[in-house]
Amino acid sequence: MQWDIVIGLEIHAQLATKTKIFSGSSTAFGAEPNTQASAVDLAMPGTLPVPNEQAFRYAVMFGLAVNAEIGRRSVFDRKNYFYPDLPKGYQTTQLDHPIVGPGFVDVDLAGGRSKRVRIHHAHLEEDAGKSLHESLFDERGQGMTGIDLNRAGTPLIEIVTEPDMNSAEEAVAFAKKLHSLVSSLGICDGDMSQGSLRFDVNISLKPKGSDTLGTRTETKNLNSFRFMEQAIAHEVARQMDILEDGGRIIQETRLYNGDRDESRSMRSKEEANDYRYFPCPDLLPVVIDDAFIESARVLLPELPDARKARFKEQYSLNDYDASLLSDDARLSAFFEDTVSHCKDAKLAANWVLGEFSARLNADNETVAQAPISGIQLGQLVARIADNTVSSSGAKKVFEALWNGDGGSEDNAADAIIEAQGLKQVSDTSALEAIVDEVLAGMPEQIAQFQEADEKKRKKLMGGFMGPLMKASKGQGNPRLFTEILQRKLNA
Amino acid sequence: MHNKSVAELSRELESGKISSVELTREFLDRIKAEDGQYNSFITVTEDLAMADAKAADEQRAAGNANVWTGVPFAHKDIFCTNGVATTAGSKMLANFVPPYDATVVANFRAAGAVCLGKTNMDEFAMGSSTESSFFGPVTNPWGLNKGEKRVPGGSSGGSAAAIAARLVPAATATDTGGSIRQPAALCGVTGLKPTYGRVSRYGMIAFASSLDQGGTMARTAEDNALMLNVMAGFDPKDSTSANRAVPDYTATLNQPLKGLRVGLPREYFSDQLNPAMEQQVRNAVKEYEKLGATVKEVSLPHAELAIAAYYVIAPAEASANLSRFDGVRYGYRCDNPQDLNDLYTRTRAEGFGNEVKRRILVGTYALSAGYFDAYYLKAQKVRRLIQQDFINAFKEVDVLMSPVSPSPAFVQGEKTSDPVTMYLEDIFTIAVNLVGVPAMSVPAGFVDGLPVGLQIIGNYFEEARLLNAAHQFQQVTGWHQKFPQ
Repeated sequence: MQWDIVIGLEIHAQLATKTKIFSGSSTAFGAEPNTQASAVDLAMPGTLPVPNEQAFRYAVMFGLAVNAEIGRRSVFDRKNYFYPDLPKGYQTTQLDHPIVGPGFVDVDLAGGRSKRVRIHHAHLEEDAGKSLHESLFDERGQGMTGIDLNRAGTPLIEIVTEPDMNSAEEAVAFAKKLHSLVSSLGICDGDMSQGSLRFDVNISLKPKGSDTLGTRTETKNLNSFRFMEQAIAHEVARQMDILEDGGRIIQETRLYNGDRDESRSMRSKEEANDYRYFPCPDLLPVVIDDAFIESARVLLPELPDARKARFKEQYSLNDYDASLLSDDARLSAFFEDTVSHCKDAKLAANWVLGEFSARLNADNETVAQAPISGIQLGQLVARIADNTVSSSGAKKVFEALWNGDGGSEDNAADAIIEAQGLKQVSDTSALEAIVDEVLAGMPEQIAQFQEADEKKRKKLMGGFMGPLMKASKGQGNPRLFTEILQRKLNA
Repeated sequence: MHNKSVAELSRELESGKISSVELTREFLDRIKAEDGQYNSFITVTEDLAMADAKAADEQRAAGNANVWTGVPFAHKDIFCTNGVATTAGSKMLANFVPPYDATVVANFRAAGAVCLGKTNMDEFAMGSSTESSFFGPVTNPWGLNKGEKRVPGGSSGGSAAAIAARLVPAATATDTGGSIRQPAALCGVTGLKPTYGRVSRYGMIAFASSLDQGGTMARTAEDNALMLNVMAGFDPKDSTSANRAVPDYTATLNQPLKGLRVGLPREYFSDQLNPAMEQQVRNAVKEYEKLGATVKEVSLPHAELAIAAYYVIAPAEASANLSRFDGVRYGYRCDNPQDLNDLYTRTRAEGFGNEVKRRILVGTYALSAGYFDAYYLKAQKVRRLIQQDFINAFKEVDVLMSPVSPSPAFVQGEKTSDPVTMYLEDIFTIAVNLVGVPAMSVPAGFVDGLPVGLQIIGNYFEEARLLNAAHQFQQVTGWHQKFPQ
């Protein structure tokens, strides 16, 4: 049987506020356990939540970026369940009146296709703490569970899509787009390995062309795009096996183990809690007025879609390069630094997407961690454009820049070119003298060349270039050498 | 000295007739000598009080005294006190010492008042008799001379009994469904539940967040005004607190009442009311007519639905508010938990008393899938209808007057076996919390030697008008000065 795959995503994005959503504690990652938990975060008796305005502004920025309606009256609800890392015994979240209403995101796919994924809504909520099951022992050596409440109360937006994606490719493309969006907005650091951005995938299958959705499962714990892709493939295969054997899918939450490419059931619908949602009486409804929305709108940076269009227009880049360069805000900024110092956009794009990106990948580093600046790269590209260095010389300069040899000045490339003597000689009279000198010692080769036909002559040219480059200590401009040679040999 | 009001004691301190150290010592000695028969205190902070009294005397000597500097009082044990056990009358928090002050506590501290200790209360403020305290029931000072052990009302029964017995001149209290007004009435003292949001709830252990309100209790209306001056105001730590100016509540106490429009809600003078009580309340209303007030009957058509709505909403909120008591971070934890579930179930089964468990169960039920609409949502609709009743009534009159409780203080144990009878104690007080308006209980006579309270209900943020009305009444009556023999 042929099946349609139906995928919807739920995304938890930690908002990059300095303090928590309902208390003044810091949200910084990596502190000693429980050093960033106040009386409010610990749910000490009598303490009360006070909303963090910045979290609301970030959520509104997200809403504006996904073309969504903004909820003018934002209500918080209590989601009740007991767990040790949930200090109040309920999570403060939004059920019926979320801050972000329906919206959409357009996603580019391979082959120039595009897909619109609708956003059902996005709501504000608080994160829970963490249970630590490892390396904790009591005085008798029994294993213990520790609770770290540093994360408790970190603001999240939970973004819920409609089930609009029909393949792992589409889901991953959407996830990458969302990642790029929240990073560009500066509302989330986007670090999936630290859990700043967490994707849960709802998957179901239905007979091809059917209008009725099948029973879905939710797969959690996907902390990289690669794992997401694998987990979707895994779950689709699992469901297909069951359905084709005449079985029935159980609505459940599954936990994916990326290292083993396995998933296991966490809890089924029957075991699911009755969360007993009700409006939180400690928080009044928050009214989002026009002025507040404007205060968020002015903070919106250029978003990837708009940036891509601008790159194509302003720098005459092709669709592919523009797309790659505009997705990631940091890479975009790096590129624009590069291009502003070299005036050759195509060459700058080649270097940013080529040498620079390859080197980041090889070293497993992010743009922010790169040891060279966009300006430094721009100065180097400028030297290629004005023939100061050859492209092979430029690669040597790049390597030296990366290793910090040129120092941290903007014009480090020039210093390296100077120090390593990589400047090409483009003075025609000086090059002519070298050509004359070299040709004087190669009469046999000249004779051979002059007897050869057109096709063979091209091949024989290489035999002169080697000695010429050697004689110029590698600094002769190869293009000019070729021109002079052709003129002299053909004379 | 122990018979004097806060205002009088403040003047004595200012004149130098007595020092705060002497005054504090006198009240501490009274507590030590007499509280065995009332059990109105859970914790007496003798050393801290004496140190605070000494500091207050030094402050006064330095010329920095205000009206509260050096005046002794007490806090209901629901307000968190930094470094002093705060139990909410529960085994669950018997060992709990908060590392922070409630905003109300911080305000009294800043005013230089001397806290003598923490008063007894129904467990988590759930009760109308102060019999559900883990620390034992409180006995009403009234009736003891006949050998009867009567309840002081609740949940702020410790504060009310301590003031009636002259162990403190004033005490803080809280009111979720009548917990200030009913004990004030049953103990013959004056109490005020302010408008919801007038006093910060930060550090006040929550029972039902949309109904809880901290307030005042003392012998006189003037003392209540002095307390409210310290307690009222916007608190950035409580986003439900009202961000509006606080008047000087003593400034308008002496305004004449001529032209005050008094409404008597027909539904609050029903057959459930003890006839002798009704007579006392109507006599009090006559005093107001003598003072120049005009009186008319008004209607609160949805009054009879208040108890039912309240006993859905309050337990629903409580069921979530009390989830934090799980044995994980602070408070009671059961011995040798076998696993997480065992930790939760035994901690909560052993740490909470029966009334608290009953309300958690009721609230959990009301919020459950399939019941939410029929109970919680319906109750909220009723709440809006009741609110509209009050808004309509206040278009016609300035204040409403009624009895506080249907009968005077009952004998301990009389109603503990039947929760519904106990809940009906609050039949005249509960709607005020659902609506959020302020209300007072003012001593207004006796029935069989037991105090009767007059309830005065005002429009939102009209505490000053209530205090003015109560103060004028107390200038022409002596009920608030009666002392249990």
